[in-house]
Amino acid sequence: MEWQFLFELTINGLLTGMMYALIAVGFVLIYKSTDAINFAQGEFVMIAAIVVAGMATNYGFPIIAAIAVGLVFMIIFNIVLERVVLRPMIGRPIVAIIMATIGLALILQGAGPLVFGAGTKPLNIGVPDEPLIWGPLFMTPIDVVGAGISIMFLAIFGWFFMKSRKGVAMRAVADSHMTSMAMGINVERYFALAWILAGVVALLGGLVWGSAIGVDTQMAALGLKVFPVVILGGLDSIIGVVVGGLIIGVCEALAAGYIDPLVGGGTKDFTPYVLMILVLMFRPYGIFGKPIIERI
Amino acid sequence: MFHRESGYFNTTYKADMALYPLPIAKFAIAAILVLFFVVAPYFLDEYYLSIINLVAIAIVGALGLNILVGYTGQISIGHAAFMSVGAYTAANLATKLDLPFWLTLPAGGAMAAFIGILVGIPSLRIKGLYLAIATLAAQFIIEWVINHTPTISGGVAASIEMPPPEFLGKELVNQAELYYFLMVIMVIALVGAMNLIRSRIGRSFIAIRDQEIAAEIIGINVFKTKLIAFAVSSFYAGVCGVMYTYYLGIANYENFQLITSIDYLAMVIIGGLGSILGSILGAIFITMLPIVIRLLMETFGSIFVDDAALAQVIAQFRLIIFGGLIIVFLVVEPDGLAKLWQNIRNYFRFWPFSY
Repeated sequence: MEWQFLFELTINGLLTGMMYALIAVGFVLIYKSTDAINFAQGEFVMIAAIVVAGMATNYGFPIIAAIAVGLVFMIIFNIVLERVVLRPMIGRPIVAIIMATIGLALILQGAGPLVFGAGTKPLNIGVPDEPLIWGPLFMTPIDVVGAGISIMFLAIFGWFFMKSRKGVAMRAVADSHMTSMAMGINVERYFALAWILAGVVALLGGLVWGSAIGVDTQMAALGLKVFPVVILGGLDSIIGVVVGGLIIGVCEALAAGYIDPLVGGGTKDFTPYVLMILVLMFRPYGIFGKPIIERI
Repeated sequence: MFHRESGYFNTTYKADMALYPLPIAKFAIAAILVLFFVVAPYFLDEYYLSIINLVAIAIVGALGLNILVGYTGQISIGHAAFMSVGAYTAANLATKLDLPFWLTLPAGGAMAAFIGILVGIPSLRIKGLYLAIATLAAQFIIEWVINHTPTISGGVAASIEMPPPEFLGKELVNQAELYYFLMVIMVIALVGAMNLIRSRIGRSFIAIRDQEIAAEIIGINVFKTKLIAFAVSSFYAGVCGVMYTYYLGIANYENFQLITSIDYLAMVIIGGLGSILGSILGAIFITMLPIVIRLLMETFGSIFVDDAALAQVIAQFRLIIFGGLIIVFLVVEPDGLAKLWQNIRNYFRFWPFSY
């Protein structure tokens, strides 16, 4: 029984972890290519889900059409955002960029409910509710579907960055803005592309998480899970993000299963951060990150 | 009649470091002190005094955060947690040991400084994004520990009732009495910060902010100086937390959550990084903002939405306006309100014969 409980927690943790990786990859995309720390990634996920769910429930759009509206919205929103807010911030102190994205997060938290109503909305993308029972294991179908979607899109992203021309250009931009410019890459266009991709990833995250936990402003709290994930995995590779996500997912599930009954709850939210601090003590640049050499 | 000096033309280092840059500053400061300590409490009623009290508390916190973020260039997204450490330390000392405020204030500050040093230790090795997230982790961990340790948080709803501060045997209960109490602490904190910045330590803070490796080469002990910055900054945060606890009469972790940290970061950035005046202006601005928004929405909001939905809409509008202002300031005036004030002053210094 004991081993079975552990096994179940681990499997569910892994599934959740994959879904965390999906959100975290949007953060890494932006950080790597534009050096901007996006504290609003959770709000991106939230606003994408709110737009889709709002279109479906308030205006009676079929789910496919609602998703299309959400996609168009996220792309246009992120292009405008990059152009109006983030581009003037290039080269400014890191705390200023953090603050700008926090400001953005606050706007989205206010604007989403203002336009589509504050109540929790259901988001049904056609996944059944009954738990999957597989031998002694209980799993929620949306977790399985979500993990599947995550793996699929992370694989597509992996291919995009490794093989496609645009992906290679984005990696070059991430490495050095100046060298990329000298090689004839339009750096600013790739900044915009990074934000668009982050918006698309946020939409996927919004669909998956929205159908798992319901759509309201609480979803923005997911953004806070991103940080331990990216720190653990390091900011250099998609594999790192996946591993970070899986570690955090399992760590959370085990904490909720074993530590919560002892201390009275709430450990789920802060154990990832404790784990992250421990990693930072020994490897300041994450498990997979590479050290940065500083010069005057 | 309106003639003024045409600018600062210091010829010695001593003049450059002086607390009063011009002789007129002495008169200006005296006038401000008279205005706030004699005139304001005489004419304003309790409600307005309580707003000034809130501003005074915020100024202390913003000064502390500006020392860390603006002067030393380190990031802290966990400043509200340091405030809660100060608040709960003082509340426990005041209720369990019956200590007076002149002991609980420094004790709360010292405890916060100790925790701040612990959080600051990783700052030697990590910076930028990593330090930001490490301090964010401190926010969550401190909050959770306080919330789940009944001996610290007092058990029921994690809140402790704070006895009012006692001065010469008189309990300071209403806002007018608290006004002097909080204002005096604020002035002490303000003078302390101004003097710290122009001392040797303050200059080494700025050296580290501008170029860490170069600072190390010219003989500044970077690790020690960073820890001092964290200690001073969280001392201010702790004192701010104690002031807020005396102001409310209760210590509760809900007043010191992540959103409070963000409020204080916004004060420092909108006011102006690395500027004492900026901390003051930012604290005034951010504290007044929700009050003004609520006032405007309650007056004019019912034209657009019905009364039942108004409370909800005010909360959402507050977020939008708050976030929007942060972004507008960052994009349009990166150096904040302090720079804006300087521009206005420089314009009128030469007016009407500006070149």
